[in-house]
Amino acid sequence: MMKTDNRQDQAARNTITIDGQEIPFQHGQTIIDAALEAGIYIPHLCHRSGLSPHGSCRLCMVDIVDRKETLGDSDRRREGKIQEETRSRSVAACTMPATAGQWIRNNTPELNEARKVITQMLFTEGNHICPSCEHSGNCTLQAVAYYLGMLDGHFPPFFPRRDLDASHPTVMLDRDRCILCELCVRASREADGKNMFAIAGRGTRARLIVNSASGMLADSDIEMHDLAVHVCPVGAILIKEQGYRVPIGQRTFDLHQVEEIDLGKTIPPEMGQK
Amino acid sequence: MTRIRIATTSLAGCFGCHMSLLDMDERLVSILEKAEFDRSPFTDIKHCGSCDIGLVEGGICNEENVHVLREFRKNCKILIAVGACAINGGVPALRNSFQLRACLEEVYLHGEGVENPQIPNDAELPLLLDKVYPIHEVVQVDFYLPGCPPSADQFFRMFNDLISGNEFSLPRKLLHFD
Repeated sequence: MMKTDNRQDQAARNTITIDGQEIPFQHGQTIIDAALEAGIYIPHLCHRSGLSPHGSCRLCMVDIVDRKETLGDSDRRREGKIQEETRSRSVAACTMPATAGQWIRNNTPELNEARKVITQMLFTEGNHICPSCEHSGNCTLQAVAYYLGMLDGHFPPFFPRRDLDASHPTVMLDRDRCILCELCVRASREADGKNMFAIAGRGTRARLIVNSASGMLADSDIEMHDLAVHVCPVGAILIKEQGYRVPIGQRTFDLHQVEEIDLGKTIPPEMGQK
Repeated sequence: MTRIRIATTSLAGCFGCHMSLLDMDERLVSILEKAEFDRSPFTDIKHCGSCDIGLVEGGICNEENVHVLREFRKNCKILIAVGACAINGGVPALRNSFQLRACLEEVYLHGEGVENPQIPNDAELPLLLDKVYPIHEVVQVDFYLPGCPPSADQFFRMFNDLISGNEFSLPRKLLHFD
């Protein structure tokens, strides 16, 4: 870790600082990609490096701190004569490009509390009954909830009624658990070249739809090796006839914390790749 | 020394959380040196006296659940939602995707092997609610112990924290929803 006091030096070095740790970035890279590459975890659900940013889950909100008053004043700051920080603004780290000299707060009690409330809302909006879900233990939503110390849903649950699509021979869509992150929408468009999914409707009526004549997976071109099938961070898109092959208790997030695992690494190498 | 009084109940649950509590095995002895059970399936006491801690397993699926839960809230200084069902309805809440009538008809009228099909309506039977609810929809809950069921280690940790007057906290490796 490089020590930094002066933002102008940092600008010359093309670095940003997250929670006091100075890290490099490539031109055009977002804050979250620079952070993940440097091994700094910023909670996220709708982000995946390589797919276009979406900015919908809002878990990766970070504070960019305006430190104008402290520029060139390192000595006075050390002596406590000027305030460390002035103002800050919250941005989504997955859509905000990294800019030289940014001073960012990420792992703070305030941000993590806000992230926990967002996660609680995601749980109460859908039907996330972990004990009955095949994806339990491999679910990033669940793992993020563990990371944030979420114990309950806090809000009155919606218990929405949503359609299940089990028409396809190998792929199943359980909308009860869909968090509308659009990872499958983007993966299908950008990686699989198929455009299989979209979000229709607004607000509480927003839902994942399938691009086929009948609107059912059976009539679509989806295949079990598509990235769109494997990128789902929850148990909304499942592969049939593989249920509980890995027992509960021995799954990815039973053995690892979410910050240890980049989402891409949770996909078994033999799947999700063509 | 007065021992801490603990009441427990299972509402719309499967008693799995109670089984997991008993899974503390010999560690229960150390707990029972400082605590004793009031109303609980362990004691068969029918109504709750004044208690320090109330543990509620299961969600709310019928009117009797609501009465029991209110009795617990009234008598327990600290009320704890134990397990997935108490916290968000859990597996019983899977029926919330269907109309209550459709559930009853499926089970008692159209179910396989049903003889003399009829929906039970004995006055002794508690009326079912339209949906299965988490307990925090009915009463204020002080703490949550997630898991399906919470492990014996989680129970032990919780009892130790509460008996010694510490703030209850779960280390991340003990936190799970399944």
